[in-house]
Amino acid sequence: MAFAIKVNGNTHSVDVDGDTPLLWVLRDVLGMTGTKFGCGMALCGACTVHIDGVPARSCITSIDSIGSAEIATIEAIGASAAGARIQKAWLDREVVQCGYCQSGQIMSASALIASNRHPTDSDIDAAMSGNICRCGTYLRIREAIKQAAQSSAQGG
Amino acid sequence: MILDRILSGPSGLDQSASANSISRRRFLQVGASAGGGLMLSLRLPSAGRDAAAAGTDVFAPNAFIRIATDGQVVLIMPYVEMGQGTYTSIPMLIAEELEVDLSEVRLEHAPPNEKLYANPLLGVQVTGNSNAIRGAWQPLRQAGAVARTMLVLAAAKRWNVDPVTCRAQRGEVLHVPTTRRLTYGELVADAAQMPIPNNVVLKRPEDFKIIGTAAKRLDTPAKVNGTAVYGIDARPPGVKIATLAQSPVFGGRVKRVDDRAAKAVKGVHQIVRLDDAVAVVADHMGAAKKALAALMIEWDDGPHAKLSTEDVAQELRLATLNSGAVAEHIGDARGALAMAATKVDATYEVPFLAHAAMEPMNCTVHARKDECEIWIGTQAIARVQAEAARVTGLPVDKVVVHNHMLGGGFGRRLESDGAARAVQIALHVDGPVKVVWTREEDIQHDMYRPYWFDRFSAGLDNNGLPIAWEHRFAGSSVIARYLPPAFKDGLDPDSTEGAIDLVYALPNKHVEYVRVEPPGVPTAFWRSVGPSHTVFVVESFMDELAGAAKQDPVAYRLALLDKAPRAKAVLALAAEKAGWGQPLPERVGRGVSVQNVFATYMAQVAEVEVSKDGAVRVRRVVCAVDCGTVINPDTVQAQVQSAIIFGITAALHGEITLKDGRVQQSNFDTYQMLRMNEAPAIEVHIGRSFEPPGGMGECGTSCIVPAVANAIFAATGKRLRKMPVDAAALKQPL
Repeated sequence: MAFAIKVNGNTHSVDVDGDTPLLWVLRDVLGMTGTKFGCGMALCGACTVHIDGVPARSCITSIDSIGSAEIATIEAIGASAAGARIQKAWLDREVVQCGYCQSGQIMSASALIASNRHPTDSDIDAAMSGNICRCGTYLRIREAIKQAAQSSAQGG
Repeated sequence: MILDRILSGPSGLDQSASANSISRRRFLQVGASAGGGLMLSLRLPSAGRDAAAAGTDVFAPNAFIRIATDGQVVLIMPYVEMGQGTYTSIPMLIAEELEVDLSEVRLEHAPPNEKLYANPLLGVQVTGNSNAIRGAWQPLRQAGAVARTMLVLAAAKRWNVDPVTCRAQRGEVLHVPTTRRLTYGELVADAAQMPIPNNVVLKRPEDFKIIGTAAKRLDTPAKVNGTAVYGIDARPPGVKIATLAQSPVFGGRVKRVDDRAAKAVKGVHQIVRLDDAVAVVADHMGAAKKALAALMIEWDDGPHAKLSTEDVAQELRLATLNSGAVAEHIGDARGALAMAATKVDATYEVPFLAHAAMEPMNCTVHARKDECEIWIGTQAIARVQAEAARVTGLPVDKVVVHNHMLGGGFGRRLESDGAARAVQIALHVDGPVKVVWTREEDIQHDMYRPYWFDRFSAGLDNNGLPIAWEHRFAGSSVIARYLPPAFKDGLDPDSTEGAIDLVYALPNKHVEYVRVEPPGVPTAFWRSVGPSHTVFVVESFMDELAGAAKQDPVAYRLALLDKAPRAKAVLALAAEKAGWGQPLPERVGRGVSVQNVFATYMAQVAEVEVSKDGAVRVRRVVCAVDCGTVINPDTVQAQVQSAIIFGITAALHGEITLKDGRVQQSNFDTYQMLRMNEAPAIEVHIGRSFEPPGGMGECGTSCIVPAVANAIFAATGKRLRKMPVDAAALKQPL
């Protein structure tokens, strides 16, 4: 059946089975390939998006569970203050290597600093340990989150 | 910020056409000389200069540089970007000599062309073996210098002045006495008419402006906003999505398929049945996966239906009881062993490992009647092209391959099995099809880092110094399959690297390798490959010798390094920075390792904590590295951090096991990765050197595993001779 979903402020109508994961609607139906497939079981976080501002693994989020909630993806995260700070910190700190997991890392990190302006190391562990990086960029991710949070706190 | 800096994918240039036009022009030919050194020569292509191409709108003096009349500089990347930073370091080499700002260049993936883009050290067009910078160091600086020289000559001719009075800088040629300037864009047409110089002078290191700086990466802006295009993101118009189930036992066949339920899934187009796999073709991956789960497939498991890891390990263990090919023979190890005051014997083994790159295996193919077009992220584009030609029966030049960013490679994407599989499926599909493996397929149909078994005997003199060293090991040779000519007399350079030509002074040494291919289990390169095994066993055993000699592990090693000053320097530096010898709490220990592999010297000290229930946590790693001339120190640091995390992942979690012929691990729950909360602090100290650059992508992985094992020994007194770490064995006795 057809579902109307709101992604990055735009409403799209998609005709798929209700149990279809949001990930594949984004990537294959809408052609928004910034959100990545890693595991299909919410084990790696590569597919992380925001649903009403809360990070969610789109690979296990069925399309019929979303309703009128607002979906935000990596393509639009730079439009949010937290997202823009995270992206800048990611580039300043040269976090990225292969980059494949970084869409998900950035979505998780943006949600963290949007809700927590002074994340501690254990806050970062809790928010980010669901996101695997096979290139092992964890140390720089941690530094970049702290930088972004600091600029966020300073920026008010 | 240039977001579309990388020209890529279906929207990119027609790369085969661009390759053809380049091949009509002059190009740099690079080959390995008989002596093993680099030989550079310039030659005319057989077709001679193409007047039209050389005419007006582009200056392309070689296969790596294209400058347009608007001044746009495009650099063609012979090595792929999979995280290791080649799309920054390779442009740094060219830009240094071409005298352009890195911020002004655009990059293009090289098309398949072994003649133009082979790695000169390997002879094939691949990115691997930590060889990109080593292979590019001379020829790509030379390529930049040739282009710069021709631009200067063109300007001098235009001004009718002596070329020595002109200088290239920031994309312009300056006539120094008059300060007249011409941009590279304005010189394109004239430069294309200049003779290609036979000799160009490369800059002296003290004149480098780009090499040696922490230049910002060129590939990252598109990777933080979702616009970077990986192979899995290719979307040629009309593309369908497929996923597949391959025989769960290697070598098995499809016996029977009931696809009624699968075909009924909304969005499913067709089921493709191959001899040893079944694929579902659908509108999207959600439908394809749902239908795959609904397929009823009966398999004929074939000859390996009962295979287990224990069978493989037993065969290797037995193989080390018989002699193998002699990889190194110095002095008389057997005789010295008989005279030794103390003897030390040990066996080691390391498991099969999966690559688990974050981007699952995928390949998009449009198989037309007389042409095959492929979209993929690959470390070996020419191999993919050749494999697709073989499967389709088309001539190689009828296979067009578009390369992309790689979501991790680690050796997995040196293989063409995924492309071959996608082409097999595409031959049954009308229009383009993207074949995406589930994570479970990716892990259960990987080609694995080989299982190895090692046997050591050493003899110490009265002072505890090693006077005899015997080492025999057995395992698969990846090189023998991948590059058969490089497997000679029972030996290959990968399997033995890190086991021979050690940094230590060992007067009597004998090393043998026994090639044993595991039945049915495909093996492949994996980050640091041979050294991921050899350095673990050698550095663990060296620790055992220090223990038998009742000496400090660092001091024991330093005493054997007088003839290896670079190794001695990194070891001393790592030990000093790590606070070697300073007291630690109970069940916390430091372990050390030192190596020279991939032409880079490295030492690491790991600090490890072992809980009462045996859980191991790596708290801190200090690494000292001498990789010769550093192109980009930030990338060197990043690669060390990355490779250490990769190695700790293997040491603590990494193991692929087989039961009833089936791989028992399937996803990140059973094949675990190190995560943020487990990542140690890592300090990297880079030595200053003007030696030629060494490889940096892999050496950190081989070095960390023995450092961790040795630290566990220091913390608990338990010597781990088998990877991964067995927490149960480390439990504190009550």
